Amino acid sequence: MIVAERKPMAEIIEMVQDCKKILVLACRGCVTVCSAGGEREAEILSSLIRLGMKKAGKSIEIRTDSLVRQCDREYIDEMDQWKEEYDAVVSTACGVGVNFISNLRKETMVYPALNTSFFGGSAEQGEWTEQCAGCGDCVLHLTGGLCPVARCAKSLMNGPCGGSVDGTCEIHKDVECIWQSIHDRLGSFDKSAQMEVIAPIRDWSSAGHGGPRKVVRDDLTV
Amino acid sequence: MSFDPAITLFSCHYTSQQSCAEEGKKLEQLGFPASIDLVRVPCTGKLQITTLLQAFEDGADGVYVVGCPTDGCHNVKGSMRAAKRVDAVRVALEELGVEGGRVQMYHLPRGLHPEFVAKGKEMDARIQDLGPSPFK
Repeated sequence: MIVAERKPMAEIIEMVQDCKKILVLACRGCVTVCSAGGEREAEILSSLIRLGMKKAGKSIEIRTDSLVRQCDREYIDEMDQWKEEYDAVVSTACGVGVNFISNLRKETMVYPALNTSFFGGSAEQGEWTEQCAGCGDCVLHLTGGLCPVARCAKSLMNGPCGGSVDGTCEIHKDVECIWQSIHDRLGSFDKSAQMEVIAPIRDWSSAGHGGPRKVVRDDLTV
Repeated sequence: MSFDPAITLFSCHYTSQQSCAEEGKKLEQLGFPASIDLVRVPCTGKLQITTLLQAFEDGADGVYVVGCPTDGCHNVKGSMRAAKRVDAVRVALEELGVEGGRVQMYHLPRGLHPEFVAKGKEMDARIQDLGPSPFK
């Protein structure tokens, strides 16, 4: 899922300080699962905005609602039912949702309530860790299913480096050396020899270094 | 400057059971501050962050929660969950430039113990010191 965190309240209050009525719009996708921008978090944010504005001696009307997802055209259309009720939208979706509303509703100012962090999973209750960098050229079949792009501090393709000590990374004792883990995991499948195969110099154009990326599926377009 | 604070207390049903007997007359006799509006909840673990924030929106100068001891909650982890949510509200208040001490969690035993009244007095004194809520 996409993992995100709420922005500092001072930043959000600054965004809406000239607004009279806003729509705080939750997303029921990834940000609900990571407890950053679902309906519950949107209700909390609305309350905090009202309190922050009150403290500043201002009043603001807030409608709090949600969309199934903010990354699909069909759901963005649902916003129109509330269009008389806001002069700006504060989206608690990831950056994709904010961009989508901006793309599709030229007349609507959209503010992001979250900082979009990474693609990750729930390691424990209340804790999420990065697992994928969305680099567009997956090598997981060569690395025991563990991603060196997202999980190695240097995104090395031929690790580990000299900073690997007792299974931990030199950047912090709490950071796993993913190349040590790759080595151990390949070994458990009797595939340690894979570690000796030199990965070629990588073409990073699929990772966004060649500009914004696009996926087109001809079989799905009409 | 002295003022009459408005304090909202959310208390666990079990913790406040005896305290509320005889329509709270016993509490009154023991000097429980009149500034405190007691709201009983089945379990403090049911309290949401929005419930605590709403109390501030409704004009409370201070909000506190009284739940079971952490090792003796009727619903096992209810009061621990409440404490986490109180912490989250404290952090949010501080983000808004408001004193985090306006919200507080206490873990108290069941029954009408002196601590229930003492913590009420403590909260009343604290809010007196802090003054009116800046959200008013």
